[in-house]
Amino acid sequence: MNHYPPFTSRVVPLLVNDIDTDQIIPARFLKVTDKSGLGAYLFSDWRYNPDGSPKPDFVLNQPQYRSGAILLAGSNFGCGSSREHAAWALVGNGIRAVISTSFADIFKNNSLKNGILPIVVSAADHLLLSALVRDQSTVELTIDLQSQTIRLPGGTTIQFPIDGFSKTCLLEGTDELGYLLRFEEKIAEYEAGHR
Amino acid sequence: MNKPLTLFEKVWNSHLVTQEPGSPAVLYIDLHLLHEVTSPQAFTGLRQRGLKVRRPDKSFATVDHSIPTLDPSIPMTDKVAAKQIEQLETNCQEFGIRFTGMHSPQRGIVHVIGPELGLTQPGMTIVCGDSHTSTHGAFGALAFGIGTSEVEHVLATQCLLQRQPRTFEVRVEGTLQVGVTAKDIILALLAKIGVAGGTGHVFEYTGKAIKSLSMEERMTVCNMSIEGGARAGLIAPDDTTFEYLAGREFAPQGAQWEKMLNQWRTLPSGDGATYDESIVIDATELSPMITYGTNPGMGVSVTGSVPAPEDIADSSSRLAMQKSLDYMGLIPGEPLIGKPVDVVFIGSCTNSRITDLRQAATVFKGRSVPSSVRVLVVPGSQAIKRQAEAEGLDKIFKQAGAEWRESGCSMCIAMNGDQLDPGQVAVSTSNRNFEGRQGKGGRTFLASPLTAAAAAVTGKITDVRTLINH
Repeated sequence: MNHYPPFTSRVVPLLVNDIDTDQIIPARFLKVTDKSGLGAYLFSDWRYNPDGSPKPDFVLNQPQYRSGAILLAGSNFGCGSSREHAAWALVGNGIRAVISTSFADIFKNNSLKNGILPIVVSAADHLLLSALVRDQSTVELTIDLQSQTIRLPGGTTIQFPIDGFSKTCLLEGTDELGYLLRFEEKIAEYEAGHR
Repeated sequence: MNKPLTLFEKVWNSHLVTQEPGSPAVLYIDLHLLHEVTSPQAFTGLRQRGLKVRRPDKSFATVDHSIPTLDPSIPMTDKVAAKQIEQLETNCQEFGIRFTGMHSPQRGIVHVIGPELGLTQPGMTIVCGDSHTSTHGAFGALAFGIGTSEVEHVLATQCLLQRQPRTFEVRVEGTLQVGVTAKDIILALLAKIGVAGGTGHVFEYTGKAIKSLSMEERMTVCNMSIEGGARAGLIAPDDTTFEYLAGREFAPQGAQWEKMLNQWRTLPSGDGATYDESIVIDATELSPMITYGTNPGMGVSVTGSVPAPEDIADSSSRLAMQKSLDYMGLIPGEPLIGKPVDVVFIGSCTNSRITDLRQAATVFKGRSVPSSVRVLVVPGSQAIKRQAEAEGLDKIFKQAGAEWRESGCSMCIAMNGDQLDPGQVAVSTSNRNFEGRQGKGGRTFLASPLTAAAAAVTGKITDVRTLINH
């Protein structure tokens, strides 16, 4: 069974560089003890006015983007705090892939563990995608992890890199902890040699 | 002859448990620090799988993020935060993990008490569900922040799956001038390389200026490695490190101390070891730094002015700068000195240690805070609080008109009620000036404890050298 099958979706453009995890989910929402329900706080301070009403200018409040499962962001997405709540909030909003020219390391790790694919594209391809979404807000892209491609309407494809281990984990739904637990003997051996 | 290894490579290699071809390394973790915010879901995960904590003896938990800094005998009014704190205590009891709770005399910010208790030691691998775990690199440990899934992995296996990062030497030569501190070194580095300059790398800070820093100052530098995108930042252990560690509660004692000392002395990077990237900074040239924007890389000399977005060629960077200045309410070209401030925060895992408080006190002494300014001084741990009080520093702060609090993360992350109001301007010794970081709509200018103290007693951004040179 393919746990990350190809999918086609509209694109939510959030073309700001260095979006930090405090923007993705502000710290005041981190007092919870479970992972669910955090979607409501995604980009909270950019998305809502102080009285709780939605800011009409913000992309996630615009009807044409509401169903988008692909986020197109500026460079260095997810910098700052290690909070995995950022990934949980994205998942809670139905985001399954983020496209950027670069990601912060901890966010990238967290997103892969939650079924979000961080897609790194070149600056030129990023410009191309940004222009496409700007000109046609309802445009749909197809993400195919197996072939590591983004397919544009008309058939053009953009190839993206991903390390083999992460790809396999996403496609096979491999649980990293399950993988680690298989090394019980090796870990015990290491511990025996390092008392 | 084998290639000389870097400090990082030595620590990495000695913690490799195994690695399958094409997969990340299984890296052994010597110390796992936990706090209330990023751990509950990890413990839930363990329960769901019926797993135990493999090495509770290598785990240590405390509460710091959402605890009040006012009188700890008053019950918490934030019931959601209180429940999260209770949950950590319950989890630690159930799984046998050492826990310093709200009323423990050892309590404090996790990255302050780890070193203070001697838990943090050279050559270790240290993780915590907190990006400022890089702080512990000051001891020559490989220390980095992890997400909650990884917290669960470490609890269950004492290991992490890791891809080997690349190395980046930050060589700081020269001598810091009066009024210029470790915080200014790291803010200057960030201003040079930006917030993504170290992504995929670990920093190693080397050079004469780093060697001459105290452990507290080294922690300030390593703490903000993550703000440059590097998950970890290391400094080679030396006599300064060993003197700091000797006699601390969890540090090795007696014959074991001698044995470890011999091991630790082999850790520094070998002569001729090479790095994937490098940069050189001359400390002699540095002046007090301050940030003006909404990420820690947007910093200038305090005597400088707000940069102009139109001077930036790249369009997305230009837009980012404009967005920042709009949020901060700043005009391109305006000088930073003289900008009125509403709040000054002295604290956080970056700058809340005893030497930070002593430095700040030299500026507060004999001066007073204007009535329009609110000043919070929040020690990094209860031990630091006691030490500062023994030295009379609390009296200096209070006599000047500052609030003297219990320890905690406080206004650095604004989860506990210590926060800015919308539009307020703060000079803060913390590590992040992101939008809303210190309270929704708040505007943060990051600086050293000296520069923050200078802002506190003058009510505006000030070059501290004008206060200490006369």
